[in-house]
This record gives sequence, C-alpha cells and structure tokens, in this order.
Amino acid sequence: MNGAPVDRHWRRPPFIANPLLRWSLFVGAGVYLALAFGTIDVDWPRIADGVPRGQRFIASFFPPDFTSRAGEIFEGIYESLWMTVTSTVVGIALSIPVGLGAARNLSPRVVYLACRAIVAVSRTFPEVILAIFFVKLFGFGPFAGFLALSLATVGFYGKLLAEDIEDMDPVQAEAVRATGASWWQWLVYAVLPQVLPRMIGLGLYRFDINFRESAVVGIVGGGGIGATLLTAFDRYEFDSAAAILLIIIGIVMAVEYTSGFVRKWVQ
Amino acid sequence: MLRLEKLVKRYRTGDLALTGIDLEVPGGQVMALIGPSGAGKSTLIRCVNRLVEPTSGRVFLGDTEITGLSKGQLRLARRRMGMIFQEYALVERLTVMENVLSGRLGYTGFWRSYFRKFPQRDINEAFRLLERVSLDHMADKRADELSGGQRQRVGIARALIQEPELLLVDEPTASLDPKTSRQIMRLICELCEERELAAIINIHDVLLAEMFAERIVGLQAGTIVYDGPPDRLGPDVLTTIYGEEDWTATIDKVDEDELTEEELRERERLMSRAS
Repeated sequence: MNGAPVDRHWRRPPFIANPLLRWSLFVGAGVYLALAFGTIDVDWPRIADGVPRGQRFIASFFPPDFTSRAGEIFEGIYESLWMTVTSTVVGIALSIPVGLGAARNLSPRVVYLACRAIVAVSRTFPEVILAIFFVKLFGFGPFAGFLALSLATVGFYGKLLAEDIEDMDPVQAEAVRATGASWWQWLVYAVLPQVLPRMIGLGLYRFDINFRESAVVGIVGGGGIGATLLTAFDRYEFDSAAAILLIIIGIVMAVEYTSGFVRKWVQ
Repeated sequence: MLRLEKLVKRYRTGDLALTGIDLEVPGGQVMALIGPSGAGKSTLIRCVNRLVEPTSGRVFLGDTEITGLSKGQLRLARRRMGMIFQEYALVERLTVMENVLSGRLGYTGFWRSYFRKFPQRDINEAFRLLERVSLDHMADKRADELSGGQRQRVGIARALIQEPELLLVDEPTASLDPKTSRQIMRLICELCEERELAAIINIHDVLLAEMFAERIVGLQAGTIVYDGPPDRLGPDVLTTIYGEEDWTATIDKVDEDELTEEELRERERLMSRAS
C-alpha cells in the first residue's frame, strides 16, 4: 500500500458500445459513400458546352422589364397575395382544431391518432401535387391554388401547433386546472399564453411559404403570379420573367423582415 | 374538514406512492407534511384535489366525497381547495393580475373570463389581496418579470382569491433563499389564521416545518411514520423518517442575522432539545 499511486486509465465511452457494430457501421458508410460518389455521372464536355448557354440564358434576363407587361404582373401579384392571405387564414383556422387534437397531452388516444393521420396525409402531398389535384377537380384559376395552399397549411401548422402544446410547461397548466377552471378556460389561460408567441411567428413564416408556393402552384394552373411567370417563359419574354422574379424576391424579403420584427415583439 | 381514508396510489409504472393513508385535518389547522424526496408528499396533496387520480381509498372535504365526483362536480369542489406550488407555477406570459384572477375561473363563465371581464367584486378582491401581499403596484407586470419571492406571493393571492376552505401547499420554499422562505411561510401561516383556513404544507425543510406548523406528519415510502406536535420531533423520529444522519446539523444551518426574535426563541428550544 505504499509508493506512487497507480495511474487509472480513463477514456470517454464510445457512442456505440459494441466494437464490431461500431466498426462495421463506419466501414459500411465509407464504402457506400465511395460507391455513391463514384457513380455520379458527370458529362464534362456537356458542361463545357452548357456554360455559354447558361450565360446566354442569364443574360437574356437583363435588363429586367417591369413596364411592358406591368398590367399582367400587377394582376398576378395581386392574385397571389389574395391567395396567400386567404389560404393562410383559412389554413390556420382549420389547423387549430387539428393541432389541439394532435397534441398527446390534450386529447384522448382516438382523437390523437385521427388528427395525426390528417397531419400526415396533408404533409405527404407537396403543394404542387395538391394544386394539380384541385385544378383537375375545380378547373384552372386561383380557387384551386387557394385550396391547395390551405390544405398544405393545415399539415404544417397543425403539426407544429401540436408539438408546441406537447412541449408546454405542465406545471403552469396544472396550476390553472387546480383552480376549478373548465377545459376551455384552461385552454385560454394555461395553454394559449404558452404557445401564442411562437404560433404568431410560425403563422407569418407560413404566410411567407404560401406566397412562394403560390408562384409554384400557378405554374400548374392554380392562378396567381406563377401563371404570369409561366406565360412570360412561354413567350420567351425573359426580361419580364426577371422582373417578376425580382418582385417575388422583394416581397419574400419584406415578409421575412416583418416576421422577424413581429416575432421579437410578441415574445 | 379533510379526511383521507385508506388512500392508495399506484402509478402505472407500478410504483406504490401511497400505501393506504388515513389522515384527518380539522378546520383551521396548519399541518406540515415532511419526508424525503419520493416519499409521496406531492402525490398525497395532488390526490386530494385529484390532479392525480388515487388508485383506491376515499377523500372527504367536509361532507363531500371528492373521490366520487364527476368531472363537473370535481371542478366545483376544486374551487374550495387553493393550491400553492413549488416553482410558483404562474402562467409566465400573463400579467400578475391575470394570474390572480385565474383563481376565479371556477366561478366565472367562459366568455367573461375570455374577455377578462371579471365581476367588479373579484377585481376589488384581487387588488385587496395583492395589497395584502404588498404587490398591488405590480398588477400589470408580466409574471416572468417578478423575483422568486414576489412570484410566490402572487401564487398565494391566486390560491386565496378562490375563497378556499383548504390550502394545498407543495414545497412553497423549495426555490427560495432562506430569508424569503421564512417570509413566505410566515405569510401563508398568517393568512391561514386570518381566514381560519386549514392547510397541508409539503416541505422538506424540517426546521421551517417545526417553526411554523402546529402539527407535523412524517411520510416515508408512502406511509405515515410520525404524526404529532413539532416539539416531539427529535433526532430519533427524524431518523425513522429520513434515515440515519447527524440531525444537530439541520439546526446549525440557520443564519442568525436573518432570524426574528420569535424565531430565535424557537431555535433555542430546538437546540436545547437536540443536545
């Protein structure tokens, strides 16, 4: 029991304890990546060919022409904004009951599963697919786009609302329940104050997404600025298309800036 | 006033939190419930207002059998039991006033509460209570702007505006400094006396329990192992509740500067008993 103390060895325990599993995962991932990158088909002469074509394409965007199609552009933007506002409002309104139902700490199991199913289905189909479906159902025009964006909003907003409710502080909720509050009062006094700021921020974020998607939805016949953009490309009026793209970028940036400001303010 | 009969709680995980508690708290009595973490103190008071559903056994508040009530009736019964929480449990993004008035939700219709149109009588009472806990100038501050002691005083006002017959108090001082802890405990006990309220106070600070409560119940692994006045709570009893430890140290922890006359006398009494 005398002499220098014995050094005790220490190393951080590995993330995967089984060494065989650990090394086979590493090696497996390495081999797969090597093969995957090895099989990317790059046609170098085609790229060399494409560079000037790409340059010509970009060049044809300049200078952007805001004036010669100003009427159509204004109408398209107006329609897109209309589509964005209505679909965001309707989508969020519909997603509130779905979100409440899809929160595990609020709802009985049957309701929970049903609402999660609605969310999953709505999230499975991208806006374009929904728009194609609604165009088939109701014909060309912004109504189809409005429906597509509303339905997509339900999946997005319902899921995030449910998750935010599941993450709330249970003690605050318990305290309000202990006063003898009814379920609706409990919702307004304990749940709402906890989720509202984030949900306002996400509402603005969804507004932003819906505006961008309204351009995509328009390309498949859902009306709005997308339709105007498609027409411009079809007529090879790239300078007008450039103007439209610039306006979309401008509006998206404005919304983004506003939503950042509002989010800070509601916290 | 409050009577528990053979109260058992077994959690879904299989843990037996309460093993058949029989307990009676007469009107106006302030009772401290002490015991180690996990002894079932929180479970016990939550079984009283059924925030936790008891597995078996019965709870009576006056003549009402709480354990037999439907959801709607339970809501009405909960108004008669004010609850004060560890970590205050204020709704942080609501104002102090909204938090206090939330104690009236059980008496107010949905739309009135939604639009914050509480009866004038409730608003007067809320201001009176805030004044009583010296916070009336903070009415429109958001709850998360307050210090710990201030928050707990709002929590107390929220419980009292229910006009309860019983206070259920869960570790009211767990996140407060020693001085504020004493002030909060004193406030709770004074208010209980003023309003002739019965109270069950869960508290892990034995010394505070002895100072302020007229009766102490010791809980250990879901069973009552001590029930009596604070002055019979010697080191041997503390050992049955908490396990072997040098209990004189509990007493030395107190900072003398922060004690009032009364508390100093109390402390001398404890010291002489310990030695």
